[in-house]
Amino acid sequence: MGWLDRVLGRSTPPAPSLDALFALPGAALTLESALGLAPTGLGSVSFRAAEGGASASTVDDVVALLGTEGTGAAVERSVDRFGYTWLMLRRDASDVAGLVTDLHAVNVTLQDNGFGPSLLCSLVGFADPSGRRLGLVYLYKRGTFYPFAPTGAEQRDSPFELQARGALGADLPVEADLSRWFPVWGAPGL
Amino acid sequence: MARTRYLPDRGLSARMGLTMFLLGLLYVVLIGVIASYTNLALGLIIAAGALFAQWYFSDRIALYAMHGRVVTPEEEPHLHGIVDRLCAVADMPKPTVAIADTDVPNAFATGRTPSRAVVCATTGLMRRLDERELEGVLAHELSHVAHRDVTVMTIASVVGVLAGFLTRIVMFSGMGRGRRDSNGAPAVLVVLLVSAVVYALSFVLIRTLSRYRELSADRAAAFLTSRPSALASALVKISGEMGRIPSRDLREAEPYNAFFFAPAVAPGFTLSSLFATHPPLQRRLDQLGEISAELGRPVT
Repeated sequence: MGWLDRVLGRSTPPAPSLDALFALPGAALTLESALGLAPTGLGSVSFRAAEGGASASTVDDVVALLGTEGTGAAVERSVDRFGYTWLMLRRDASDVAGLVTDLHAVNVTLQDNGFGPSLLCSLVGFADPSGRRLGLVYLYKRGTFYPFAPTGAEQRDSPFELQARGALGADLPVEADLSRWFPVWGAPGL
Repeated sequence: MARTRYLPDRGLSARMGLTMFLLGLLYVVLIGVIASYTNLALGLIIAAGALFAQWYFSDRIALYAMHGRVVTPEEEPHLHGIVDRLCAVADMPKPTVAIADTDVPNAFATGRTPSRAVVCATTGLMRRLDERELEGVLAHELSHVAHRDVTVMTIASVVGVLAGFLTRIVMFSGMGRGRRDSNGAPAVLVVLLVSAVVYALSFVLIRTLSRYRELSADRAAAFLTSRPSALASALVKISGEMGRIPSRDLREAEPYNAFFFAPAVAPGFTLSSLFATHPPLQRRLDQLGEISAELGRPVT
């Protein structure tokens, strides 16, 4: 979608970039060695469920693809207060690559059914032994990551996030524009 | 192979392109007449300068005129959250967020580029709409920013402003002593006629272009939120509310119609459809209905 499309008003939400997610397993190792953060085995995908039957049946298909649903099971579905649907995946804490593959499967299914443009972000959870949490949020439309460290209901540990950014450095494409690091309070997977 | 649910409206794009082309043509005609018959370079430079300043400072001018105040994420976390997420899905820079304290339910967005933009909602709007509807309205405004509507409409209005300016100047100088062109009365009349006709035509074209831009913003917002029905519901609510607003508030808002989500006029008021800045409500609802059907179409 180029300049002319924008000026003529025919814009559409951009297509997501799905492959950069696969850089995560490498980054997980860096986070462990630099900051002592271990993956929690939780990951989630956030998207805007469109109105109508097609979206609902697509999401059902995705859930069926991943495994049984329910608390403590492989997949949990929820809707946040902004109306975005979250699918949280629970996998073995040491199997980051498997988690990323499953997240990718969700994305591809949504995209194949025409809902690619409604993908918002993905999140993989990390925690250190003292209980500090960090999520690596992946922005689909930018193809970049940013760290998000909530400390309370609506507080975030910005210095820790910047420290994580420094540690990740070249391992992961980190979002350069800090104003795009929007907070995902209460996101499943953190 | 990923399928797309985007429903292009080639007719709308074609009509919009044609309107912009005709405006450009008028501009060329006008410049030609100016160059052949008159010597008004300085006046035109001033007019162009004023237009440029209006475009360049559009975000601050609009905010000041609407008595909007910028709000921080701490003051309005929910509003900021909605805008954050819309910008993430649309991959656009986040504009400044502002609120205007007035009971007229409306929203506007302005700014010369997406990175120097402001989106503003009135307290009246936030009071009347629910979450999804408010998000639909904000998505519509963000689409205006993404389509650079301020820039496009400013450029389009150049023709009208120059033509109007030329008409007045020639009328006054033609009746006075200081005629600088050696061709005499006929030349003055020709310039006057041409500039008046150009002004009238450009007025109609600019309003037509504005209606097409509004429809495009509706489309883009529908695809951004994936909920065209929420936007449709917001439209109906706001348009209905306009009839119930005491006339004093509406009269204050009327001059700024082009910026608004829905025109600030009571439904009983008859506007010639040619001069309206916004398409008729039914047309907007029909478009949103089509998009809703497309999004809900089952996977084959």
